[in-house]
Amino acid sequence: METTDVTQKYDFDVVRWFSVATVVYLVFGTLVGVFIAAQLAWPVLNFDSPYLSFGRLRPLHTNAVIFAFGGCVLMASGFYSVQRTCGVKLWSNKMAWFTFWGWNLIIVLAVITLPLGLTQGKEYAELEWPIDILIAVVWISFTINFIMTIATRKSSHIYVSNWFFLGMMVMITYLHVVNSLAIPVEMFKSYSIFSSVQDAMIQWWWGHNAVGFYLTAGFLGIMYYFVPKQADRPIFSYRLSVLHFWCLMFGYVWLGAHHLHYTALPDWTGSLAAAISLAMIVPSWGGAVNGMMTLSGAWDKLRTDYVLRFLIMSLAFYAMSTFEGPVMSLKVVNALSHYTDWTIGHVHSGALGWVGMVGAGAIYHLLPRLWKTEMYSSKLVNMHFWLATIGIVIYIVAMWISGIMQGLMWRDYDEFGTLTYTFAESVSAMHPYYVMRTVGGFIYFSGAVVMFYNMVMTIRQASREPQMHTATAQA
Amino acid sequence: MADKIHSTKFQDKMERNVWALLLTLMLVLSVGGIVEIVPLYYLDDTMEHNARPEILWQPKEGETLADWKPGDGIRPYTGLELWGRNVYIREGCYLCHSQMIRPFRDEKERYGHYSLATESIYDHPFQWGSKRTGPDLARVGGKYSNEWHVKHLIAPRSVVPESVMPNYPWFTENMLDVARVTAHLKGMQTVGVPYTDEDIAITAAAVEGKTEMDAMVAYLQVLGTMAKLDDGVVYRE
Repeated sequence: METTDVTQKYDFDVVRWFSVATVVYLVFGTLVGVFIAAQLAWPVLNFDSPYLSFGRLRPLHTNAVIFAFGGCVLMASGFYSVQRTCGVKLWSNKMAWFTFWGWNLIIVLAVITLPLGLTQGKEYAELEWPIDILIAVVWISFTINFIMTIATRKSSHIYVSNWFFLGMMVMITYLHVVNSLAIPVEMFKSYSIFSSVQDAMIQWWWGHNAVGFYLTAGFLGIMYYFVPKQADRPIFSYRLSVLHFWCLMFGYVWLGAHHLHYTALPDWTGSLAAAISLAMIVPSWGGAVNGMMTLSGAWDKLRTDYVLRFLIMSLAFYAMSTFEGPVMSLKVVNALSHYTDWTIGHVHSGALGWVGMVGAGAIYHLLPRLWKTEMYSSKLVNMHFWLATIGIVIYIVAMWISGIMQGLMWRDYDEFGTLTYTFAESVSAMHPYYVMRTVGGFIYFSGAVVMFYNMVMTIRQASREPQMHTATAQA
Repeated sequence: MADKIHSTKFQDKMERNVWALLLTLMLVLSVGGIVEIVPLYYLDDTMEHNARPEILWQPKEGETLADWKPGDGIRPYTGLELWGRNVYIREGCYLCHSQMIRPFRDEKERYGHYSLATESIYDHPFQWGSKRTGPDLARVGGKYSNEWHVKHLIAPRSVVPESVMPNYPWFTENMLDVARVTAHLKGMQTVGVPYTDEDIAITAAAVEGKTEMDAMVAYLQVLGTMAKLDDGVVYRE
């Protein structure tokens, strides 16, 4: 069995397509991000066009990076690692293809409907009801296939990466279904059945857990498979993984209300969320430590293995943003940081640093294995690593400064006890940092373009090598 | 080797049986949401009008939205305002403008009385927002003239040079469709907003010949003006 070709043993074709889609959406999503960042620095870039205005493109950016890039990398690595860790093919290859085409259809529909202004008006859940139904169906197809593959596994125990994937699948199903409950009035317009404080609570229960489960639990699943594989070491501590898994699953769900401090949400809910948010440093760092310490005794690999650099740097950003998050959930800090760019900076240190880098690392691990070749250029991998790292640092520093400055300007009083600054003055003070953010974002985007080029060249190189022809023929 | 238990019996069971793991996860993951969301539906002090019924408009027998006067209390949006709100959502205004004033001294001076939960009771979905790239709009109603709003929406930098808001010249070109507005009001009725059939009937005349700009201005001008809030009263602990 061990000697059989892995491409014959497993269903890798769908993983290949998801991997390519991931890189395409990374380029697209970050491009839209750079454009809307530039719009905030130079509003003339809205071009007086409804389809290019900031308010319509911003949901396109968030949907493209979270659901297109994030979704494809989760599905690529999920479908790959579940087969490898269970020692079996996918339960249904056909269903996996349904997931692939369904998910991409959703993305195409998002690209069409969002610039048209068709939206539910809930952050990160903008897509209208027909697309929401499609998301539910495709997501459940992914989930069923994943569970059934585990159910038919050859190994005795279920590997830790699969626990995290499973947790994500269950929670995202809950969140998506409940938060999207709405009454349709037109083909692409519906009204949420919730209103006021209940709607706010449900929205941020969704909003924070899209981060907590989709972008954290799911990507920890990626981390638990790809870090040990790339480092060629067993995971540092099994006990730690068990402990932080259950803490994360139970605890993360409670955090949403910390987005609503000092609002009309009752105090008890926000305080409860803040207390648990603080406690969540422990399981979050549990994951980060477990990943990083997997390298203990093999740190020298970072010098030569650029893919490992991505994975380890992503854990550093993960540790940083999971420290920053609980700090921002404290009421006293939140009073300053809420409504400012600090939040945007925090999100991006998690999204660009953790999600983007662990995702890129996983894809770089997959490309040579899926196409049975070497990466076209490992120098370009290293170049992408540095472009990404420098881009992120510029981005988040700009947002820290502008966020804290906004917060301080809004609450500043002069010697006569009147507000020092008008709101408009705080807007114009942001300009240099919005330019700086655009530059940082552009550098990160350039890294994505380098990755795309490297991927295309790797695949072309593989197609020139004779062994690949047999693999494609039977796949 | 395969039978050795590496952790607790419970964890070992979870790792050997995907259905047990799935079921446990389904239970563990549902707790937080239930504890935080469900009580909001039955704890009386969640919505301020339970203790202070005067902030919510109670139409007398036979009264319609047309009989409401500013300060009478929080009421459903008229057809024109609702359409303005739809445009507000369509353009993603909530991504840069909050509608939730926090109980701080500077916010009171800048924006007005802190926001109440009851003030968004007819907002499906809520529009509290999460970011202030532009100022809060919860009480923008009545602060500027209609003419100012029109100018500002068409070309924000003509009245606020520092602004980074996009121009919305198309608002004056798009006309409202009476049939669509009526259908939307009925949709709001379905989600529980107490429109009477009479309220819906009077809408046709009110939105006939109106543009999206009219709707948008009507919506902005009503924000935060429905209830007369008293500084001496503690609405929320």
